[in-house]
Order: sequence, then structure tokens, then C-alpha cells
Amino acid sequence: MLTLSSISVAFAGRTILHNVDFTLAQGSFCGLIGSNGSGKTTLLRTILGLVKPDRGTVDTGGHEIGYVPQKIQLDPFMPLRARDVVALGLDGNRFGLPLPSAARRRTVDAMLTAVDATGFADRRVGDLSGGQQQRIMIAHALVRRPKLLLLDEPLANLDLRSVAEVVSLLHTLSFEQRITVLLSAHDMNPLLPVMDRIVYLANGSSVSGTVGEVVRGAVLSRLYGYHIDVIRVHGRVLVVAAGGEDALDADAACEPVHVTQIR
Amino acid sequence: MIGAAFFTNGPVQVALIIGGGAALVSAVVGVFTVLRGQSFAGHALADISSAGGSAALLFGIRPLAGFLAMAALGAGGMEAIGARQIRERDLVTGIVLGAGLGVTALLLYLDMTTTSASGAANTVMFGSMFAIAPATIPLALGVGLLALAMTAALYRPLLLIAIDPDLAAIRGIDPRLIGLAHLLVLAIAVALSAMTIGAILSTALLIGPAAASLRLATRPGTAILIAVAIGLSATWGGIALAYDSFYWTPGHGWPVSVFVVMIVLAAYLAAGPLGSALARRRMARS
Repeated sequence: MLTLSSISVAFAGRTILHNVDFTLAQGSFCGLIGSNGSGKTTLLRTILGLVKPDRGTVDTGGHEIGYVPQKIQLDPFMPLRARDVVALGLDGNRFGLPLPSAARRRTVDAMLTAVDATGFADRRVGDLSGGQQQRIMIAHALVRRPKLLLLDEPLANLDLRSVAEVVSLLHTLSFEQRITVLLSAHDMNPLLPVMDRIVYLANGSSVSGTVGEVVRGAVLSRLYGYHIDVIRVHGRVLVVAAGGEDALDADAACEPVHVTQIR
Repeated sequence: MIGAAFFTNGPVQVALIIGGGAALVSAVVGVFTVLRGQSFAGHALADISSAGGSAALLFGIRPLAGFLAMAALGAGGMEAIGARQIRERDLVTGIVLGAGLGVTALLLYLDMTTTSASGAANTVMFGSMFAIAPATIPLALGVGLLALAMTAALYRPLLLIAIDPDLAAIRGIDPRLIGLAHLLVLAIAVALSAMTIGAILSTALLIGPAAASLRLATRPGTAILIAVAIGLSATWGGIALAYDSFYWTPGHGWPVSVFVVMIVLAAYLAAGPLGSALARRRMARS
């Protein structure tokens, strides 16, 4: 479904990604985990063809890709209803004025139902909550029925309830329509119940596999280049940099010490 | 005071047609300009076009042709220097604007010293609604229709880019190319307005109606219709009031531009509270 072979990307001489490899099978739900600045967005943009890798290849099997970009800043005065945003996902690349069409409306309505957004379909997008906007962007990305969906930090800036709702929506869509989901996040915990694969990025390199294979002290220590402890508490994972001053100074080190919410 | 004489007056007829057309084009283009956060670029292009307007007076060619040529050149200049980030874009706009106005200063000086156009600065900067040659109508109509047709063609890609440029890029749309096309449309809109209410004031017809409409509308089509209604009311209302003002202060009337920008300002100020009230009603209903 999606295969990346030794992808390397550098901007202005600085290495962002180095020899990133992984394969996703159809219908798999994969978390792309890494701290801020670890190259998650660059990796997603490389898969989309928006960034040309210096080395390596991306094979999407010719499938169309749905994409939800990071932190969309919708102007509160943007004169678009939620359903208009979804409709633009269908034919926003076409030139000329959109003529009213019953088929178009049915497709958009079906997508709005699929993401449980019928209740606010006619509201202005700028007036919607973060969680509602995220649903609409997911509907925008999926309305052409792609088999591969990439999302860049879709859970950032959402309240806890919206995080749970968006994760469960994505899981349902992935399961029911056999959509391959690759979603980036700096905190893996909300994804633990649904993710069957993980790609962990640090220092431009990656490890991938199942959560059990990847999220282990020895594996992550090798990736980060200093000692990492993985602590499991109440079904949650804490990735703790246990090194000295040096490790904590490294920019990535701050992020793994991510004490997530206590239920 | 406004009777049959108003509508049979030649300069008034030309003003109603060209002023109305300029207001219509500016309102439509303005909605996308505001959505793209390019209000400053719009204002800069209008100011830059003043160099063309002053050159036209100097060489005795049609002012609209001068305004158009210079605005298009300005648009090309901004794109050629290029800017990827908003902040950088503002800097480039400012630099091109400064260069354009410098040329205007020279040309206006030459206008006033070498030709008989003693009121050149006033005409170029603040408009000459009642002094437009009827022969300008075909050119104005042609470029106006071109601007509207291009906006209709770019309607969906422009909206998609306004949500996020990457969403357009992955669907095979080059946001930069669409941006350049929109900049050229913008150049046409401001050149038309520059001729009617003046280079400096044309921003009022571009940004004012659009900004007011975006406070009221929930759909792009509605936003455009409201903006057009405000732009036309301001222009035609301004022409009527300016015509009427000949009777207020005997011997000379007031400039049209004053009335146009005042009506636009009033519409914008009214749109704020009205928009909030509409939003509250929508919230209560859903």
C-alpha cells in the first residue's frame, strides 16, 4: 500500500530525514511518533510529493492520498460552511463556478454523515470548535474515497474529549472502509488502543514495527543515542530520557518525558 | 433635487457605467483579496498604478491604459522578486510600492511643469469620475469582463488555497501560479477603480465592501453578492450626492470620492454589529 525506501531529505545542508524505511499494509493504522522538529511533517509532505527527497523512493501504488494538514488556521470570517469545505475536497481543483448538482450534494451529505457532522454542516467553519473543524477536514480528505489517509498532528490543540472522538472516528473509518491511516503525533498515548503499527522518528532516523517491537527502552535508546526508559503505567506509556544533563539538553529529550493526563 | 437631468447628463452617464463597472469588479475581486490576506498588495498595486496614470497624462494617452499597464507591471514585479512567507511578502510589496510612487512623483512633477495638466496630482490620486472620456468605455468593459471571467475560472482553486495551499498542491494545482493570476486580476480591478475614485482611494472599493460582506455571509456566493451590492450603492450613491452637491455650495460640487468612501465606511461599520447579531441567531437556531 505504502512503501518508503531509504528516504533522505536535507534542507540547506541540514539533515531532516536520514534513511527512513517502512511499509504499511492496506487497512493498517499507523502512528508517526516523534517530538516537535523530528521531521514528521517533512516525512508526510515527502509521501504527498510536496517535498522531493534527496535520496530514496516513495511508492504509494498509484493510489490517491487524502491529507489533513497541520493546525489549519481557518479565518473566523471565511465565508464557507462546513459542507462547502467538504465539497471543495471533491472538486476544489476544478476551474469554473460549481454548478448545483444533486449527485455532488448526495456525496457530500454521505461524507458528512460518515464523520457525524450533519448537526453542524450548515454552520460557518470558523464558528466550529477544534474537534468539529478536525472532523470536517477529515471529511474533506476522504470525500474522494482515497485508500490512504495522512494526517499531520490532528490531535494537537484538541481537548481530551475531542481527542478521544477523533481517534475513535479515524479507527472506525479505517476499519470499515479499509483505509490505511498514517497519523503523526508527539504523544502516542491516545493512539495506543487503535494503532497496529508505529513509526518512531528521532534525530532524522526511524524505527518501525508494532508498538511492542518499537516502544522498548533498548530500541529507543539506540534511536535517540542515549539511554531511554520506557515505563508502562495503567496502560499508558511514558518515554523518559534518563541520561544526564547532555541528554536533557538535546532538543528531542524534552519531548519524550511526556507525562500524559491522569484519568 | 435629482431629476431627469441627472440621467441625461453625459458625464453622469459615463460615470454611472464605468463607476458601476469598476465597483462591481473591485467588490468581486476584493472578496478573494481579503480572504488571501492581500489587502496591502491591493493597496500597493493601486498606488503603483498612479505612475501609469501620470505617465498617460504626460504622453496624452488614455489614463485607463496607463493605470492598467503600471498595475500589471507592479503585479509582475512583486511576483518576480518573489516571497514565500507572508512577512517577506509584505516587505516585497512595500519595496515595489516605494519604487512605483517614486516614479509617480517624477511624472506628476513633469505633468505639472511641462503640460497644462495643472490638476494632475488631484486627478490621478483622487479620481476624475465626471471627466472620463466616453471612448474609454469599451476598454474598461473589456478588461472588467476579463477580470470577472478569470475570477469565475479560479473560484474553487482560490477557495481551496485559502483553506490551505498544500491541499491545492496535492490536487495538482500550483498555488503560486493561481496567486499570480489573481494578482493580475487584482491589477485590473484597482486600475479601473483608480480611474474613477483615484489611485489612493481605490483600496476603499476593493477592501471595504469585501470586508463588510465577510462579516455577514456564510457562503462565498453570498459574500460576493453583498460586496457587489455595497460597492454599487457606494459608487452610484456617491455620484448622485456629488451631483447634488453642486446645489449645496453654489458654483462648485464636492468630489465624488468623498461620498463613495464615506458610504463604504458606513457599510463596514454597520456590518460589524449586524454580523454579530446574525451569528447569534444562527447559533440559537442550531
